[in-house]
Amino acid sequence: MKAAVIVFPGSNCDRDVKVAIEKVTGGKVAMVWHADTSVPAGDLIVLPGGFAYGDYLRTGAMAAHSPIMRDVVAKAKAGTPVLGICNGFQVLCEAGVLPGVLMRNASVKFVCRDVLLRVEQTDTPFTSAFRQGEIARVPIAHGDGNYFADAATLDALEAEGRVVFRYVDAQGEPSPGANPNGSQRNIAGICDARRRVLGLMPHPERLFEPMLGGSDGRKVFESVVTSLVH
Amino acid sequence: MKARIQITLKHGVLDPQGKAIENALASLGFRGIDEVRQGKYIEVDLTETDEGRAREQVEKICKDLLANTVIENYAYELVSA
Repeated sequence: MKAAVIVFPGSNCDRDVKVAIEKVTGGKVAMVWHADTSVPAGDLIVLPGGFAYGDYLRTGAMAAHSPIMRDVVAKAKAGTPVLGICNGFQVLCEAGVLPGVLMRNASVKFVCRDVLLRVEQTDTPFTSAFRQGEIARVPIAHGDGNYFADAATLDALEAEGRVVFRYVDAQGEPSPGANPNGSQRNIAGICDARRRVLGLMPHPERLFEPMLGGSDGRKVFESVVTSLVH
Repeated sequence: MKARIQITLKHGVLDPQGKAIENALASLGFRGIDEVRQGKYIEVDLTETDEGRAREQVEKICKDLLANTVIENYAYELVSA
């Protein structure tokens, strides 16, 4: 498997996700600078977490206009799986690849802790190794993870089964108390209409092996390998 | 020519920062404040001297980068620099 991780000025999870992909999939990872204009052909593109362009103006707003994004969007349209983690999710929304926007957390505080996610959809290249409804423990670390879209967009996402991850409590319910940032309908991750592009606020690369304190995040990367074979 | 651009959150969009400012004002003892909404103010100096073309350019600037129209509205005025 060949993957590309896009590195923006201010990305800070780019090397973590590279290690996670290499260790879980045995694949090769190319680090691609944001000022480049083409992504090498491969099986996966990752937009990593961090604070691209210092989050100036709005999170992800400047990065969405980086030269490399033209080719990322083109390759996404052509069907290459694209994974946007945290800041990467914000960039995908600002680039118009995914609907909605990530706003300032309702608490106005940066939240850094593990959360529980319910896997709502297993028919994406990033969730095929999970069971439907499986609960996964994955860390979040963000100040702007408050997912917002208008009611019509939210209804369409639900109807098309594009809400992939939801914040839930220990009972597996998307209760208000389980919502760490004020996201509409406890949404933690969504996919595009073709189900090839996933954006999520939590960081699966931070818990991919027991040495890190957990390995639930590993299945995101295992899924990519499995979906390539099929 | 100078564009004075205001970017505000749309009605119905939660404004956590505005809410924090509102609470801060209340704790400072300011009374009679119903609600606080915060936004951005951006000044752009343009070399364009024709008002029509300047408007076209500012519209595009706002739509392409300065405002995210999913959650924000923008308004602007042009003044001679």
